Parts: sequence; structure tokens; C-alpha cells
Amino acid sequence: MSTSAKPTHPTRAAVVRFAGDSGDGMQLAGTQFTDTSAVFGNDVATLPDFPAEIRAPAGTVAGVSGFQINFASTDIHTPGDEVDVLIAMNPAAFKAHIEDVRPGGIVVVNEDEFTKINLRKAAYADGYDPLDDERYTQRFKIVRVPITRLNTEELSSTGLGAKDVGRCRNMWALGLIYWLYDRPLDTTIAYLEDYFGKKKKMPQVAEANVKALRAGYYFGETAELFPARFQVPRAKAEKGRYRKITGNEAAAMGLITAAHLADKCLIYCSYPITPASDILHSLSALKHYGVKTFQAEDEIAAVCAAIGVSFTGQLGVTGTSGPGLCLKAEAINLAIMAELPLVVINVQRGGPSTGLPTKTEQSDLLQALYGRNGDSPLVVLAPKSPADCFDICIEAARIAMQHTVPVIVLSDGYLANGAEPWRLPDPQAMEPIRVEHPTDPETYRPYRRSEDLSRPWAIPGTPGLEHRLGGLEKEHLTGNVSYDADNHQRMTWIRKQKVENIAAQVPDLEPIGSPSGDLLIIGWGGTYGSIMTAVERAGEEGKSVGAVHLRHLNPMPGNLGQIIKRYRKVLVPELNTGQLRTLIRSRFLIDARGLNKIQGKPFLVDELMDAINLMLDDRWGDRESLSPTEHHVTAVEPLSMY
Amino acid sequence: MTASNAVSILNAKDFATSNDVRWCPGCGDYAILNQMRKVCAAIGARRENTVFVSGIGCSSRFPYYMGTYGFHSIHGRAPAVATGVKLANPELDVWVVTGDGDGLSIGGNHLMHVLRRNVNLKILLFNNRIYGLTKGQYSPTSEEGKKTKSSPMGSIDLPLSPLSIAVAAEASFVARTVDVDRDLNRVLTEAANHQGSAFVEIYQDCNVFNHKAFDYATDKDAKLDNLLYLEHGKPMIFGKQRDKGIRLNGSRKPEVVTLGPGVREDDLLFHDESDESMAFLLSRLRHTDGFPEPMGIYYRVKDDCYERLVEQQIATARSARGPGTLEALFDDGNTYEVP
Ligand code: SF4
Repeated sequence: MSTSAKPTHPTRAAVVRFAGDSGDGMQLAGTQFTDTSAVFGNDVATLPDFPAEIRAPAGTVAGVSGFQINFASTDIHTPGDEVDVLIAMNPAAFKAHIEDVRPGGIVVVNEDEFTKINLRKAAYADGYDPLDDERYTQRFKIVRVPITRLNTEELSSTGLGAKDVGRCRNMWALGLIYWLYDRPLDTTIAYLEDYFGKKKKMPQVAEANVKALRAGYYFGETAELFPARFQVPRAKAEKGRYRKITGNEAAAMGLITAAHLADKCLIYCSYPITPASDILHSLSALKHYGVKTFQAEDEIAAVCAAIGVSFTGQLGVTGTSGPGLCLKAEAINLAIMAELPLVVINVQRGGPSTGLPTKTEQSDLLQALYGRNGDSPLVVLAPKSPADCFDICIEAARIAMQHTVPVIVLSDGYLANGAEPWRLPDPQAMEPIRVEHPTDPETYRPYRRSEDLSRPWAIPGTPGLEHRLGGLEKEHLTGNVSYDADNHQRMTWIRKQKVENIAAQVPDLEPIGSPSGDLLIIGWGGTYGSIMTAVERAGEEGKSVGAVHLRHLNPMPGNLGQIIKRYRKVLVPELNTGQLRTLIRSRFLIDARGLNKIQGKPFLVDELMDAINLMLDDRWGDRESLSPTEHHVTAVEPLSMY
Repeated sequence: MTASNAVSILNAKDFATSNDVRWCPGCGDYAILNQMRKVCAAIGARRENTVFVSGIGCSSRFPYYMGTYGFHSIHGRAPAVATGVKLANPELDVWVVTGDGDGLSIGGNHLMHVLRRNVNLKILLFNNRIYGLTKGQYSPTSEEGKKTKSSPMGSIDLPLSPLSIAVAAEASFVARTVDVDRDLNRVLTEAANHQGSAFVEIYQDCNVFNHKAFDYATDKDAKLDNLLYLEHGKPMIFGKQRDKGIRLNGSRKPEVVTLGPGVREDDLLFHDESDESMAFLLSRLRHTDGFPEPMGIYYRVKDDCYERLVEQQIATARSARGPGTLEALFDDGNTYEVP
């Protein structure tokens, strides 16, 4: 389709953000742009951002929904700090997102929506129109397009009502941006025809959406809006077959794969909660893989059912988000005491309490490790990217079943909804998960330990191995209820050591960047992409900065202490007030400092660079922790910024 | 416990364990345990295929005393754990043992949902109208005004009827019996034979904290006047002389009548196990209001079991889409090749 006479500039990477009312279909536009770019062969990273309310008041800033995508011809790890092209479907979207656009960036606005009423809804002062404000017109290239009118004219002959016609505006805008980046339309057309045409049985709607998409595209070609278009060539990637994947999709597939590798039935027990529900949705649509899903009456029932599944010898998994993890705490302890396998996927969101349901945070680490009564050790893993949710779920299931221990996986809202390309693994090359169930009544004792201290996983249906488990302390070997003082002490140490023994299987860490030197960054979970990018940039600037990223939070990789010794200073960036930092300080007795962002958003690379520079230049001061504000970090006490 | 038990005929004592039973001497739980073991033997249950799941409370120690698989879980959650067991292996015979505190207070939510789903579980609720294990606080079934350690001036909570809840929660089998009643064995057997969630309330004497709470239902002499043994298709007659009955009065309210001139058997209510409204009505009859309390099977209907429907959906999905392979799982159709 690149028949345009206009010049095309090749560019390495671009960041596009679609923003509009939560009913404007921005998530769909963004997802389609992502799919198209992934299928085209770019590396992609995305950041969807939506309000917690399903339909916040239309036209208000609170109701703005956004979708950011970074696509590139080289390896990228973040959705991008600054936006190159913003599509603002109304004044509220403009207001909410304009400050993220880089100076000189393009802002496409649907000028039809910049009416008096809508400006007022966005809480702009009476008589003020930001599109006329020199502060913006000089800083950005603002492109006014009457999207509503052009879309309505285009679809006037379709016979659809005004409402349905209006709903196609997102595709019109998407078409325009496809033209701007010289993208093919076929992926989206195929999607529209399948989704609206086949699944929803609304061929008229499918047709109208395709028409709107094409109209936007051709408008770009004919109108003199942009001086040039851009082209982001294919990324060089390892040979293979790829697809785009979100963290929650990856988790669902990882769990099915784990069950398959272990020759177990996956039974996923969950109660709907943002942002974990998509795992339940995905799995409940994949029943032909033998997956059983159980939508329980509450979070507690969900985890208890999963424990019942484990007791009976299948793969019991529950998924939730922070507040749900609070509710599951008692039952998780039951699994610790009964020493049964259990996988708990916690897709973290802003807390405490209901907090920020649709925003990301890493603030459940200490809860996962310690948020239960008694000494209750379990395994905690955290994926580092959306695609890594696949691998980590397989590992979680393997550890849980082979070591008869609960495993908590700490995903987060950013990973769950964010997407990246994923090279399809070869099922034949995957290692089976060996799981043993004892059958010999002569040698069986419910709490007889194997060498690594795990307990035999005997299951109902096995003659002669009838035994009783429960939450009361159990006697070593026999598993009878025991209140004996020495036995309790012994069993408590065993439970702890059993988890620590798993460290033997955790691969050693390899620092990224400088293998030793001035500064070590220790990250965990979903911040991997931003930290990687910052460390790469620091390396390019000749700085002596290395980074390790923890996917195993408990037990930690065995060589972390060795690595820490190779650097002068340690920085722990986290999306919380310093939970990993607390662990690192107490465990290694070092003066680790924290960059702590608690805004419901991932780190910007710029923020990390500021923190790195403050550490390297000795300008950080005595503060244990700093927080960014307005995209930058300065050496001031976090609370004094307000 | 020998491997050869797969072919042997089991007796009640084969369902015992080596654990000492630790209920208070004289506790009603002993009688239930004995009958349960007998029923297991009589219905030909296999130890290895039977699972007892419980929550927390005196009654919830039950699994430790059954020579089957057992899970003494956490307070109130036994129905959820047991649901997981049935999802993982629908072939197992799964019993849930709970109490009035465990099942109706902390675990009320789970009880309601396990019943409406009709998971094929047998749920025994030992109702002693008191918290025993925590040493004597009032429970959700304690009568109004009951003086306990936590209600020295008398409980101001209205008690609830476990059976009304079971009927309202769409249970497919609802019954009541008494720990020392000969009918206990029959009711447990009927519950075992039911396909679906069977809910059985068992009046149980806590002889330490609430002794004689059910005297009216256990006293040999008094009980015939105080209990109504339900029989499907039969008129509701009770009393030592079998001369009293239940009928609906002009405003369709139940009343106790004496058979004789002007009151024939045909005027009485006839029990119908498939009548949900009747089951509810029966569940409201209280001894304290001058009614006999109905015993036996209140309600019984055939319905699909949850864990079977789950399997059916998998079968349906497989016949429509074929058994999934990992290759197909990974490739959602939107893939692309990097050469
Ligand atoms: S406290 Fe009551 S219910 Fe509990 S064991 Fe003793 S007598 Fe039985």
C-alpha cells in the first residue's frame, strides 16, 4: 500500500499513544496497532492504561483510556518514556496525556470534539482552547483532523445508526496512523471481519469498521497533514515463529503447558479480580486442553478448592490480585502445613486495600513472603516481562509439585496487560516435569522426607496409603497430630530448610552491564525492561553500572551475595517504598538505596538515569530512598516534594 | 492397612484408625462416628476411595478417626476444599463434616454455594447449638436468650435453621436426624446413595457445654410426641398414640391436629420429597412453637452433578475443537516468521 508520493523517513523506533474516552475503543485501536506491528516484524512493548470505572463520566479526565506502544527495528524493553505521536480523541485525552509527548512530537486531535461542552467537561477554563495555546502549538506539531465528521460522512451510506457509526471512529484514527507509519491493514481487517462478522454475527458492523479504517488511511495519503511518513523496519530477531503475547495470556499458556508436561489436569480456581481475571477468561476458553476452571464464590473458596485439587493429585492453581492474596493467606498456610503443592498467581496492583485496581505496583512482595501467621516459608517467583510469565508459571508448577510446597508468582498489572513479541517454543524440546506419587504401603509415611526434604505426595485412590492431613502440627514421619515442643521446633526448621534447598536449582545470576564497579542495580519482577534499558544507556555513556534481576525472590539465587561485593554501591529500584531493599539490607547488611516509584506506573528510563547519576556523582546524600516526580529524580526527601 | 484390602469385604472396624478418639466422654460425636463407620462398611465403600474433609471445631476432628483419606482443613472452608477434591477426581466418595459454627457462621458462604452447585458431596452438619472447641460461646443455632460465656445476659441473635438455608440454597437432598437415633444409619445411607450434594443436619449433644439441648428429641418417652418421622407419600402423623398430625389451616399455615371426629388422615399433609415449598415449610417447624420437629428426608430431587458438568463441557469442547496440542496453543493464528 506504500504508493504514496510523500517521502518516507526510516526511523529506528517510535512511540504512539492512543487516548480517548473509555468508551472510544482506544484499547482496541492500540491492540490492533500492536498486532500489526508485531506481525510486521517489529519488536514491540505496550502500556495500556485505563480507568478503574468501566464507564467513568464521558469526556472527563478521569474517564480517559490510553494505550501506548513502542515499536522498533531494534531490541526494546520498555513502552517508551516519551510519546512521538499522540492521538487525542477529545479534550480530556489531550489534557491527560499532552505532557508525555516529546517536544516536536505530533499530536493528532479529533478537532470535532473540541467543543465548548467537551472543553468544560475536561475542566478547561471557559473560553480557553488548548489547541490555540501557543505553549502547545509551538512545542508540538498539532494536527487537527475532523475525525468525527469524516467518519460519519464515510459511513453515511452503511445504514448503521449514529451510535454504531460513532463507534468506528477509533478505526478511522487507526487507519490514519497506519498510513503515517506505513503499516499494512490486513491484520486489522482480518480481525474485524472475524470478530464483528463471524463471532458477533454483525457483518454490517465489520464492514463499516473496515470502511472507516480504509478511509482514515486514504485520508492520510491525500490530505496534506503530515510532511512525511515514517517507516520502522523489521527488527532483527532470532529465527523462528513469533506472536504477540501479554503477561496474562502467557501465564494461562504456561499453566496449561506445565500441566501437559507433568501429565496432570490443570484446575484453575479463581474469583474475578482486576487485573487477574483475564487468566480465568483465557483458561475457561481453552477447555479442549482438558483445563478445568472453577469460578469460586470468593477468594478463600478459590484457594481452598485449589488445595483440594492438590491433595487429590492434580495441578491446583489459584489466581488473584493483592486484596485477594490477603484473603487467601490462611489457606496458603494450610498448604504450607500440609505440605501440598499449590500455585498462587498474584497480579499485583496499587494498594493497600482496594487501592488502584487498574494500575501497576510491586508492593505485595513482603506480603507474599511474610503475610501469614507463624513461620510460613514458601517459594516466591516474579516474571520479568510479559513473555516471561510463560516460563515462570511452568517453573512455579514444577517447584510446587516436585517439592510439595506453595509457590506465589508475583506478576503485576504492567506485565499482565503489556505485550511483547514471543518466539513460540518447541513443545518437543520442553523438559517433562517428573512427578512421583508413592504407592507402596510398606515404606510410605506421610511425613517421611526425601533428600531435599520434600514430602511424598500420596493421593486418594491409592490403596493402603490412607492418611489424614490438616493444619495442626504434624509429627515427623507419621504425620499424626503432635503438640510436642521439640517436634514443632524440628518441623518448623524443616519447612524453612525445604524451601531454602530449592536454591540449589536456581540458576546463578549474571550481571548485565559492568560485571563489577561503581554501582549495582538490583531489580525484580516487571521493572526489568526499564532497568535493562537504563543500564545499557549508562554503559554507552561509559559508566560503571551493572544490574542483576531477581526472578527468584525466595529462595534467592545463591551467588547474589558474591555479586554485591563486586560493586561500590547498590541501588534497588522498585514500584513500592522499598520492600526488596529491606530484604537486601537485612540479609546482606549493606547500605542499599532505593528508587521508589509509587505512581501506579512503570519506571521511565529517564528516572532511572537520574537515580544512577545521583548515586555515581555522590549527590544522593544520606537518604535511604528517593522518589521521582514529574519524570525526574532529585535528591530530596520524598515527602518534602509535596 | 494392607494392600490386599482392594478385594476384601470391610467391616465397620476397618474404617477405624489407630488414633485415640479425643472427644469428651459422652459426646454425641461418638455415636455418629460409630454409625458412619457402619454405613461405610454396609454400602461397600473402599477406604482408598473415600475422603473425609472437615473444617475446624469438635466435629471437624472426625477425619482423624476414619481409616480413609482425610483432610482437616481450616475453619469453614471444608466445602471448598471438598469441591477441589471432586473436581480433581469425581470418582471419590467425599464426605464433609462440619458444625453449626463452622458451616453456618464462618463458612456459611461456602455451604450455600456448594449446595447450589450440586457438587456430589455428602455434608454432615453436627448441630450442637454451641461452640464446643472454644469452650462454650453461643452459635448461629443457639436459641434466643441463651446464656453463654460470651452472652452472659442472653444471646440477642435470632437462631437460623440449617435446613431452611439448605432448601433456599437449592440443595438436592436435605435431611435431619439425631446422633443417638436409630434413624441416623438410614439417613446416612440414603445420603450416601444420593447423586449430588446431600445435606444432613444431625442434632448432636455437646454434653459439656450444652448438655440436653436436644432432650426433647432424644428422651425415649417424649420424643414420639416431639418428632415427626417423615415418610414419602405418607400422611404426617406423629405422637405416642400416633393420633396427631399436621395439616394446613384455612390461611395455609401448618397446625397440629388430633385425628378423630372431624379430622381424617386424608386431611393431613402428605409428605412429598420432591416438593421444595413443603421442605421449606417443614424446616420452619420448631419444637418451641409447639410443633414436632420433622426427621428424615425433607427433600430429594435428581439433578446434574457439578463435577460431571465440568467434564461434559471439556468433552463438548474437545469434540468441537479436537483435543488441544501445545503447538496449536502457542499458535493463535496471528503468528509471523522471522527468517
Ligand atoms: S466440647 Fe462438646 S462437642 Fe466438643 S467434644 Fe466435648 S462434648 Fe463433644
